Amino acid sequence: MINIEKIRADFPILNEQVYGHKLVYLDNAATTQKPKPVVESIVNGYYHKNANVHRGVHWLSQEATEAHEAARETVRKFINAEKTSEIIFTRGTTESLNIVAATFGELLSEGDEIIVSQMEHHSNIVPWQLVCEKKGARLVMLPIDNNGEISLETLKELINEKTRLVSIAHASNTLATVNPVKEVISIAHENGIPVMIDGAQSVPHFKVDVQELDADFLAFSGHKIYGPTGIGVLYGKEKWLDKLPPYQAGGEMIDKVTFEKTTFNVLPYKFEAGTPDFIGSTSLAAALDYMTAIGMDNVEEHERELVEYATKKLNEIEGMRIYGNAKKRSGLVSFLVSDIHPYDMGTILDKLGIAVRTGHHCAQPTMDFFGIEGTVRASFGIYNTKEEIDILVNGIARAKKLFHK
Amino acid sequence: MTINEAQDEIISEFEFLDDWLDKYQEIIDKGMNAKIDPKYKTPEYLIEGCQSKVWIHAEYKDGKVIYESESNTDIAGGIAVMLVSVLSGHTPDEIIDSELYFIDKIGLKEHLSPTRSNGMLSMLKQMKLYAMAFKSKSES
Repeated sequence: MINIEKIRADFPILNEQVYGHKLVYLDNAATTQKPKPVVESIVNGYYHKNANVHRGVHWLSQEATEAHEAARETVRKFINAEKTSEIIFTRGTTESLNIVAATFGELLSEGDEIIVSQMEHHSNIVPWQLVCEKKGARLVMLPIDNNGEISLETLKELINEKTRLVSIAHASNTLATVNPVKEVISIAHENGIPVMIDGAQSVPHFKVDVQELDADFLAFSGHKIYGPTGIGVLYGKEKWLDKLPPYQAGGEMIDKVTFEKTTFNVLPYKFEAGTPDFIGSTSLAAALDYMTAIGMDNVEEHERELVEYATKKLNEIEGMRIYGNAKKRSGLVSFLVSDIHPYDMGTILDKLGIAVRTGHHCAQPTMDFFGIEGTVRASFGIYNTKEEIDILVNGIARAKKLFHK
Repeated sequence: MTINEAQDEIISEFEFLDDWLDKYQEIIDKGMNAKIDPKYKTPEYLIEGCQSKVWIHAEYKDGKVIYESESNTDIAGGIAVMLVSVLSGHTPDEIIDSELYFIDKIGLKEHLSPTRSNGMLSMLKQMKLYAMAFKSKSES
């Protein structure tokens, strides 16, 4: 059980008033709010530990470096990676996916195939499209069904001797589907194919253990797990990261530079060109520590209760259509009511102080599958309550009246 | 009626609506009923926001610009209807020189933000562009 009052007290923003209403923040899949320990970590970092990391001879640089590398260890532990050298700090999930697409892409030849699912966020489609175009490779879509689920049988059929990698969301940002990634990985590995997991919507919501999954790559964002914006993580198995060429070039990532030849630094620095966001990394670690103290199992249970309650309550509304009906779901609900446009619904809910996201959620192929332009998405976090879901349900009822539905 | 008289009329229409819900009701009802000739519901006349679609067609008749609009959303549609009712039937010069203050005055200034994906600014810009095009055509 989690102490919701205590958690909410850590998030001052939840007391904000919006158009005279108390903020009901249900846009956590887009970004989460930040608890005091995270904001304090940012402030303390700049006040007391700000110096460029690595190679600094002076005391302050040593302090900053130690904090930055301790953060890497915190991340390692959080996702149970084997080594800290497998943890690369990035700007977020998108950059992490781009790093793998761009560098793994260099290993591709004409006719090779990459498999992604139909429910992917654009950031797990477009980087692959770019690299496929460049290399003459083919992007293959793993389709979804009406419940928003993939079929492992279809995956088996799609995999062939040309398949080089499978990249798939752990949890869908639009349909809430939690994909059976362990099984996906096992099928891919039987065929000698590595798997990249987009963990943007899973790592913040339940325990993700990269060794247990046997994932080859995993990406996630700091800002979606109550950490700062602009910092994220790419996990990669050492054997893969060693094989891949560098991504960006510059300081930090080199070993020796001469005009004749440059040799590259060891992992993880090979993939971290330039001064890293060491304030971001240490504050991300503060967020992960915060989540660990609550307990990821407790987070998962709390959000499951919320999503079950929300699904039940929303389904009582006449004209409600929920998109995504997978057996295993994460903490969000995507819906439409009658023929009210999601933008109209979102505008009215906003006037009631309820923050939801509307539109295609950067997953246009998913929307196309359902033949819709977009949905309203309510996504939950550790501080949300059933009372807030009641406010959402009442808000929808008021909106329905306005639109004569 | 001048453009400003049309604006003032909308302002007085909204003056008695204290509650924001009533104001939105008024806009939604305006938006719901707006229909454009289907032959103009083409990409050529589309002003695409991130989420909503608004079609605005303009024609030039007897020295005046006549607009019509439709949207797939009721709120953006209602705002388009108000813009049409204020600007339609005026000369290109009157439209180009007009300053629209009614949206702010009726308490919907959040729709004026350029960061709002479906703001009225892009609609207004398109309407003024039509006026400029008709003006340069008639002068040439």
